[in-house]
Amino acid sequence: MPELHTIVCVKVVPKPEEVRVDPETWRLVREGARSEVNPPDMNAMEIALRLKDRHGGRVTILSMGPAFFEPDLRTSLAMGADHICLLSDAAFAGADTLATTYTLAQAARKLERFDLVICGEESSDGATGQVPSGLAEWLDLPQLTLVTEVTLDRDGATVRGRRGIPGGFEILEVPMPAVLSVRTACNEPRFMDYRIKPWSEEPARLTTWTAADMGCEPAFIGQKGSPTIVAGLRQAESRARRRERLEGSPKQAAELLLERLKPYL
Amino acid sequence: MTASAPALAPGYSIENENRTLWVYLEQRAGELEPVSLEILGKARELADQVGWPLVGLLCGSDVAHMAPQAGAAGADRVVVADDPLLRHFTVDAYAKVAYQAIAEARPSVFLAGATPNGRDLAGRLAVRLRTGLNADCTALSLDPATGLLTSEVTGFGGGVLALLEIPRCRPQMATVRPGVFPPAVLDKQRKADEIRLAVDLDPVTLWTRVVERQVGAQVDLTQAPILVCGGRGIDGDFASLRALAELFGGEVGATRPPVDQGFIERERQVGQTGVVCRPRVALALGISGAFHFVVGIEHAEIVVAVNNDPDAPIFDVADYGIVGDAAKVIPELVRLLRAEREAVHA
Ligand SMILES: Cc1cc2nc3c(=O)[nH]c(=O)nc-3n(C[C@H](O)[C@H](O)[C@H](O)COP(=O)(O)OP(=O)(O)OC[C@H]3O[C@@H](n4cnc5c(N)ncnc54)[C@H](O)[C@@H]3O)c2cc1C
Ligand SMILES: Nc1ncnc2c1ncn2[C@@H]1O[C@H](COP(=O)(O)O)[C@@H](O)[C@H]1O
Repeated sequence: MPELHTIVCVKVVPKPEEVRVDPETWRLVREGARSEVNPPDMNAMEIALRLKDRHGGRVTILSMGPAFFEPDLRTSLAMGADHICLLSDAAFAGADTLATTYTLAQAARKLERFDLVICGEESSDGATGQVPSGLAEWLDLPQLTLVTEVTLDRDGATVRGRRGIPGGFEILEVPMPAVLSVRTACNEPRFMDYRIKPWSEEPARLTTWTAADMGCEPAFIGQKGSPTIVAGLRQAESRARRRERLEGSPKQAAELLLERLKPYL
Repeated sequence: MTASAPALAPGYSIENENRTLWVYLEQRAGELEPVSLEILGKARELADQVGWPLVGLLCGSDVAHMAPQAGAAGADRVVVADDPLLRHFTVDAYAKVAYQAIAEARPSVFLAGATPNGRDLAGRLAVRLRTGLNADCTALSLDPATGLLTSEVTGFGGGVLALLEIPRCRPQMATVRPGVFPPAVLDKQRKADEIRLAVDLDPVTLWTRVVERQVGAQVDLTQAPILVCGGRGIDGDFASLRALAELFGGEVGATRPPVDQGFIERERQVGQTGVVCRPRVALALGISGAFHFVVGIEHAEIVVAVNNDPDAPIFDVADYGIVGDAAKVIPELVRLLRAEREAVHA
């Protein structure tokens, strides 16, 4: 049986609390915002690394984004992955879900034979959880989304995932290769291993591919390949509330509260 | 894996769309999901504004009996795909059927609930149809002149709102976050035309095998009239909260920390990565008021906060605030409500 090859899709995002909307231009101000690995992708990494601990094989980190993603990706690599593939090209800018999934799919095709592609549940700065299904569709592969536990039957070449659904759970099985997404916070991602940190910093650990390297159709990438446009941005405003303080002892405050809630109960 | 490069076949576009609104009707155990009724309500409003027909797509096994309810909720037409192979939702089978229906009818707009299955389905369909997908929308509008759908989505943990449009590709797809629109008002006089879709599924071509599925009594916080939420500040005492919720006739919710600590089930997490609710009253007990949580109770008519820190941000988004120890205030509320109940029964 060939060794297990798992691709993990990792995105680097600005820390959400450090992003603002410029009230004049309505543009996102990312300047000064520090970046981090999209937290849900750490849960995806952990699932991939547990499979590697158990079955051996290798883990490739796949990411589409600018060169400044590199330091954060190398930190993920030092969790115990084997290689980084960074898709970086000015032509990728402005990609929505359709263009992003097309580009990631082109890369997966160019990477060597793989068994699994594992994504996080959603990226904090972008679309919401639509990349895994879209990627599976471009690759014409089965998908298992929002899984919390994954087991492999290497002989049968199938993967099973446990998935929470409203009021319970289901266990689904699909043939490999398959695309998975992992439920956020379903596991405790391991820390990077400081012993392999120097190794992870070596230039050879990272491959950069451009659109041309992957034979991307120009009409299908970046802004050009994106059906969606952002027509406007604004800062979310919270709805005005009464903000009345109820004073007194706990008993008095509780009485005041129930009086006020009467019409709503 | 040696898949060949994808065919870059275009979907349909603004040039050959049919000006209709389609809604995916998600169902479970013989009933329409609340989110489907919420979307129907909103879509009816949009359809009336632009004068387009509203069509529901209902897939499953023995599901036709739900079509009248969709009609009462506003659908003019219900397309029913009924097949034993659709008994359980699997994305491969449902996507095949939905794609077939959409490719034939070429609707201008296709909406689905942003539930786990709704997202799976929409995500695959959008790529198969080579169109855009606005995920997890919190507001929708439709321009009568251009037929353009504008979807509002939150980003960056809820702090930023983006307005998204799909100018040329069709259908204009969006998934709608459960709980943000009020459910459709049912009008039993309204009847929908039923159209049967010829389903042609070959089990051999389907990938997904359901090994096990367990669905018990399900909590649905989106439908609770009163929501009693506990945070880190209640120190794991969800027993008191359950007593309070029971007296109020409501449900218990929680912030992420007590869920992560295992004090309460994850399906009761409220907020950005949990459930978005629209109760009449939301109580936030021992909760600081992080944006991630607050988005989950934003649509409450009344918000109550109890926190021992007078500067906690939750007070800025509350109608009524009590500065104090939740462990002291909760028992008082329980006592008063019990006394009231006994007075009624006496
Ligand atoms: C990507 C992402 C998604 C997230 N999604 C969610 C989500 O969906 N839902 C969610 O809730 N969180 C979510 N979070 C976490 C969120 O940011 C906050 O950390 C969380 O909401 C805080 O929960 P809390 O208010 O219970 O705890 P804390 O912030 O620790 O607040 C506890 C509060 O209790 C008060 N307190 C302490 N003791 C008492 C007492 N005896 N009586 C009264 N008050 C007391 C304190 O003054 C404090 O204000 C998310 C975070 C991230 C990064
Ligand atoms: N630019 C990207 N590069 C690599 N992976 C991505 C990228 N965008 C999204 N993903 C993956 O897709 C998941 C879901 O993202 P999204 O659909 O954008 O919410 C993320 O958790 C990542 O695993």
